[in-house]
Amino acid sequence: MSDLRDLYQEVILDHTKRPRNFHKLEKANHKADGYNPLCGDKITVYLELEGDVLRNISFQGSGCAISTASASMMTESLKGKTTAEAQALFECFHDLVTGKPASQSNTPDIGKLAVFTGVREFPVRVKCASLAWHTLRAALDNRQGAVSTE
Amino acid sequence: MKAVTDRPVSKTKQERRIPFDVYKVREDFPTLKQKVHGKPLVYLDNAATSQKPRIVLDTTMRYYTAENSNVHRGVHFLSERATKEYEDARTKVRRFINAAEDREIVFVRGTTEAINLVANTYGRQNVRAGDEVIISAMEHHSNIVPWQMLCEEKGAILRIAPINDAGELLLDEYERLLTPKTRLVAMAHVSNALGSINPVRRIVELAHRQNVAVLIDGAQAVPHGHVDVRDLNCDFYAFSGHKVFGPTGIGVLYGKATLLEAMPPYQGGGDMISSVTFEKTTYNKIPYKFEAGTPNIAGVIGLGSAIDYLSSIRLDAVSAHENELLEYATNAISEISGIRLLGTAREKSAIVSFVLNGVHPHDVGTILDQEGIAIRTGHHCAQPVMDRFGVPATVRASLALYNTREDIDALVAGLRKVSEVFG
Repeated sequence: MSDLRDLYQEVILDHTKRPRNFHKLEKANHKADGYNPLCGDKITVYLELEGDVLRNISFQGSGCAISTASASMMTESLKGKTTAEAQALFECFHDLVTGKPASQSNTPDIGKLAVFTGVREFPVRVKCASLAWHTLRAALDNRQGAVSTE
Repeated sequence: MKAVTDRPVSKTKQERRIPFDVYKVREDFPTLKQKVHGKPLVYLDNAATSQKPRIVLDTTMRYYTAENSNVHRGVHFLSERATKEYEDARTKVRRFINAAEDREIVFVRGTTEAINLVANTYGRQNVRAGDEVIISAMEHHSNIVPWQMLCEEKGAILRIAPINDAGELLLDEYERLLTPKTRLVAMAHVSNALGSINPVRRIVELAHRQNVAVLIDGAQAVPHGHVDVRDLNCDFYAFSGHKVFGPTGIGVLYGKATLLEAMPPYQGGGDMISSVTFEKTTYNKIPYKFEAGTPNIAGVIGLGSAIDYLSSIRLDAVSAHENELLEYATNAISEISGIRLLGTAREKSAIVSFVLNGVHPHDVGTILDQEGIAIRTGHHCAQPVMDRFGVPATVRASLALYNTREDIDALVAGLRKVSEVFG
């Protein structure tokens, strides 16, 4: 049986209760909206890109514990990274929560994001964990229209 | 359900004990006898779909093993037998909702298809540019979208009868919306997201004063108490088999014979015709005019046996049991700190919808699932209802005849565990 504490780790609950970088970014030059129609989670990711460096990143929205914590921790882990590094981390995070073996040869250090490993035991919650990341990718591409998990 | 016919139910009548042994009833439902994540299954998602009694499973199996054949076609033994069972089920449905004639019962895929059928036939025939269709603010998407599509196509206007903070229809506001421009009223009998029971007889009466036809979405009403379409006097009534302990993929549209006869067919094909040449097709009589193609024969026969089952345990006993359980559940859940109930209508059916302060319903759902408890979280295909109450989603526990106080106790214990995790 999968343990609830594996999913709702202290770090995750902390980010749920006090999400970091949870505001609109005035200087944002990239942004995208994400939506999970299954549970109604909505998120907007704001990026301030300087060349290919993520100078600043923030988010707003409403969602479950997993999606809020995921968005919060994503913003923390991406600040100052290059877009290529962000893409690599996206792939790595996606593999982590879906339980796939790492697909890349030189896997970036996932760091604190490893707390989301427990999500793989809860398949219906994978979309919650990855919503912010899909929205990030849309923001990097400056894609119009909300990203949907469906 | 308190009063499906929206007649006040007296206290004495409610308190009179009708013999009903819920533990015996549970024995009839094989699905309930299983463990989920190592815990006994507590199934409280009945508004989404109900479990099936063994008789429905056996009947469906018997049809496929012993009678499988197409209906209304063959002269051979099996076809005759299948046709008889199919048409017998129609009679059972007719009696179940007290329709006047068998031919007023049209078999469809479910409530959604029943509503789409009316929108595409009666709706297209009668709604013109500038006309109006009225629905309520508590409708399921299936009783919103078909009317939006119709209104868009015709240049008609969709009017929404508002509800109050308890989740009750504002009858005065509804009455004001009824004008000479109104062509149709479509409303839920019982709200799937809030449990409110609508005063259907009054809704129909007010519409009929303006010669407006009324469709009632009965998906959430039929499993919980007696529905009498002639007493309600509605023009159309729709419900799904799978919510009333029957198979998925089968549903019923009731329509008054005069209306059905005047309506164009819904889909073209076999069975819905009486003669076809390349120049002209003559349509079959009702209800066959609306049943193109080989129907869901096993589904119809299965639904018939579900109705037999319900009749055998008496719906008034079911209603009394569920009312008592709803009260028990409402009280127990209200006592948990941080709970906000949505849908506190005076007339309410077996649904408890709520949010837990600071915890998203999806997280509640996952934690309860680990305890073997199946509830629904989300917008319940009623996003406008969620918007009305300013929440993205709710937790919904929905009861059926086989639920017990122990199920509610397990739910309450589960909710306390949620508070612990998020404490």
